[in-house]
Amino acid sequence: MEWLQQLFNGISLGSIYALIALGYTMVYGIIKLINFAHGEVFMIGSFTGFYAIAFWGLGFFPALVLSMTICAVFGVLIERVAYKRLRSSTRIAALITAIGVSLLIQYVVIYIRGAQPEAYPNVLPNRTLDIFGIQISSQSLLILLVSIVLMIILQFVVHRTKIGKAMRAVSFDPDAAKLMGINVNNTISATFAIGSALAGAAGVIFGVYYTKIEPLMGIIPGLKAFIAAVLGGIGIIPGAVIGGFVLGIVETVVSALGFSLWRDAAAFIILILILIFRPSGIFGKNSKEKV
Amino acid sequence: MKKSVIKILFTLGFLAMVLAACGSEDSGAKSDGGGDTIHIGVNMELSGAVASYGQSDTEGIELAVEEINEAGGIDGKQIKVTKVDNKSDAAEATNAAIKLTSQDKVTAIIGAATSGNTVAQAQIANDTETVLLSPSGTSPNVTIQDDGTLNDFVFRTSYIDPFQGTVAANFAIDELGIKNAAILADNASDYAKGLGTAFKETFEAAGGTIVSEEAYVAKDTDFRSILTNIQSADPEFIFIPGYYEEVGLIIKQAREMGIEVPLMGADGWDSPTLVELAGADALNNTFITNHYSSEDPDETIQNFVTKYKEKYDGSSPNAFHALGYDSVYLLADAIERAGSADSKAIKDALEETKDIKLVSGVVTIDKDHNPVKSATILEYVDGKQVFKTKINP
Repeated sequence: MEWLQQLFNGISLGSIYALIALGYTMVYGIIKLINFAHGEVFMIGSFTGFYAIAFWGLGFFPALVLSMTICAVFGVLIERVAYKRLRSSTRIAALITAIGVSLLIQYVVIYIRGAQPEAYPNVLPNRTLDIFGIQISSQSLLILLVSIVLMIILQFVVHRTKIGKAMRAVSFDPDAAKLMGINVNNTISATFAIGSALAGAAGVIFGVYYTKIEPLMGIIPGLKAFIAAVLGGIGIIPGAVIGGFVLGIVETVVSALGFSLWRDAAAFIILILILIFRPSGIFGKNSKEKV
Repeated sequence: MKKSVIKILFTLGFLAMVLAACGSEDSGAKSDGGGDTIHIGVNMELSGAVASYGQSDTEGIELAVEEINEAGGIDGKQIKVTKVDNKSDAAEATNAAIKLTSQDKVTAIIGAATSGNTVAQAQIANDTETVLLSPSGTSPNVTIQDDGTLNDFVFRTSYIDPFQGTVAANFAIDELGIKNAAILADNASDYAKGLGTAFKETFEAAGGTIVSEEAYVAKDTDFRSILTNIQSADPEFIFIPGYYEEVGLIIKQAREMGIEVPLMGADGWDSPTLVELAGADALNNTFITNHYSSEDPDETIQNFVTKYKEKYDGSSPNAFHALGYDSVYLLADAIERAGSADSKAIKDALEETKDIKLVSGVVTIDKDHNPVKSATILEYVDGKQVFKTKINP
């Protein structure tokens, strides 16, 4: 029973990693940019949700939608201001800019509100359910449900809508897509908007589930989501989801075995191993560069 | 370029002269009036990262000095205080100690509020044979150096970190009747590790069993897997030495998972943020050890609380205020018994301090220059700290 409980703990943790990883992987898939500022969008989303609930008295779902909207705008803004000009420059330049943007956002937030942590208000009624002998809080069930629904909606958007088709086309070949009449700039903006909205949702969910939020909260989940994205094969949407869950479960298992101090180390060992042995990730295909 | 360097040197030289002049004026004043004043230095964190500790200590010190002076001083001698701000920085603390001992020629220094900044002054106190009394430095190496030698002139008013672990273990066994316990310690802090080790040793020596020992690292947010491990070991009690940011989350997550046993920690829990993070309901049936409680019905404590409220607009004094206040009385008692303002005589008298009644307990100084005194146990009831009991070491 204890293992079932630990498995559920891992899935809850993994669903948050997966939500953040989705944004990472989408952006990478389309413009080949590792957006290190993604963790900060997640943090902004968390704070937006916090202010919406604590000061404007919104409920969980309105706060979630508001936070997703603001993060979508914020993500597009970051892309337009910081990344757009660098689109044709080297990838290392864009990567360094991303790290710079990430630090800038962290410290602007600290400048505005200070570095002290904030406690998320209790917006979701919480009851502990006893299912098959394991303790599951109704809150974590709802959060898991919201995560899964958002992932399904994303999958639908990418594969069944016009904008999704445009995204896939741009990701395949931006120049050819342009020739076919696709507005590449708008498509990239849309990608940032959707990815950032998911990060915002993850921020609110994280706040409700883990209570404590602070300006530097995006760093570790951001890195973990990056690992999840690489693990599943960066650029592949189902891969990010599976990567997130695998990472969450691995971390929990490491703790359960009594190595709780090795939890973060385990995540980074996974990153190193996957980069050495299968850089394209679990779902990636080994594709040869065409000359 | 060169010109500006010379300019700076000149300015510095001039400043040094002015300062030296001030200093000699001060010490001149002291030698004139040395007969009827006792000169005490206060080296505190009045600004910087841990300024709130230093400021609280200083407010307590000032209150005590005011009281003693109004009551006629020590053997008819008034206490004169020189305050220096060490800016929460070890190098500044050392400089301040040099100034206090060489220019102001103080009889004793009270400070600093934190262990690191006190250790930074220890060498100077020993070399100049000036008594150094830290109100709130809790690390064992404030009085005992790493190689085990005693800092002859360094004392403290607060108890050392591991002591709280010992008290918690005694409380669990004697008052709560606990037989098996779990420990969940912050592995990134010496404070928490020291407390955890002391708890384990005392608890096992008294016949209890530690059924599970787990660790976390500061800044973690997910404790559910660790708590599941602890839950499966089925302890009657969980000791959680750590700081409020993580402990708040641990308590919340533990209660959500249905862990209803008593939880206990130490003064690292003492923050309003803990209550916000954990929630008032989850905090019920949890306990902490602390230096003192303003709600303790003891007469000495209530006198102190009343006087403090008169002087500082009705706010309640915290543990740092009490420790600063106690430091002055501890020192005054030693000076009175020494019968002189000679530092060496005061040091000997401090070492012989026995059963002096202070706000933070009845204090006897042991051979390691640490006070032996009772610790206060507080219980959280609906998010408020309530005085529970006092436990003797």
